[in-house]
Amino acid sequence: MSTKVKKMLFILSKATIENAYAAFVMANGARMEGIESEIFFTFFGLEAIQKKKLEHLHVATVGNPGMHIPTMLGGLPGMEALATTMMKKEMEKLDMPPVGEFLEILSDSGCKLWACKLAVDMFHLKKEDLIDELDGILTIGDFYSRADQEGCQLLFI
Amino acid sequence: MDLNIAGIRLDVTEDGYLTDLSQWNKEIAIEIAKENGIELTDKHWEVLYWIQDQVKNDVALSVRGIKKSGVLDIKEFYELFPGGPLKISTKIAGVPKPKSCI
Repeated sequence: MSTKVKKMLFILSKATIENAYAAFVMANGARMEGIESEIFFTFFGLEAIQKKKLEHLHVATVGNPGMHIPTMLGGLPGMEALATTMMKKEMEKLDMPPVGEFLEILSDSGCKLWACKLAVDMFHLKKEDLIDELDGILTIGDFYSRADQEGCQLLFI
Repeated sequence: MDLNIAGIRLDVTEDGYLTDLSQWNKEIAIEIAKENGIELTDKHWEVLYWIQDQVKNDVALSVRGIKKSGVLDIKEFYELFPGGPLKISTKIAGVPKPKSCI
């Protein structure tokens, strides 16, 4: 049985570890199945492709009921860092690569990586601030035009 | 399920993966590769034998493992086995379909 999905286009708008990895795993999974994939990083999602920030993404401990940490405790100093360290350990056990290595893998696999022009301007970022693997800086209109064939799916994360 | 390739009856899974690596030989690999539109080169064989070694040593296959393999890089992997490299290469190598999501 072959899938009718030919191309997956992801929009990553958040910089928490769980959101970034959701996008990365799905984008990589698509390539592994012979499906094209691209990721558009916008607003806080841009943190995942900023050289200085990408290895310092955190898990959200506040406003994240799935963590089962009471919101009041989740906001205490050090909680995010602690939860992040624990999650990173678990991910390493499953052989999940760190963010920088994952981006290299995606790029090598033919997944296109785009930064959102509006967000880049808003955060006063320069091309040099962003990873070398980046394929370019696009407007949302440019990104829509990437959905150029039957079987394209757009996913907002 | 069984399958006839290169005149030999093989035990395979529903999606066509050999269930017994000892039944595998070069002719079978060439036939499975052909079905996937691939003509095997020396580089392909090197990768196939590496994959078999990994499986024999109980190492889970993943695209990250390819990056670290020292045998080939990820770009080459996609070029050698287009349209789902890990899925297709393992099928040709006669090993089980990898269960990893990465």
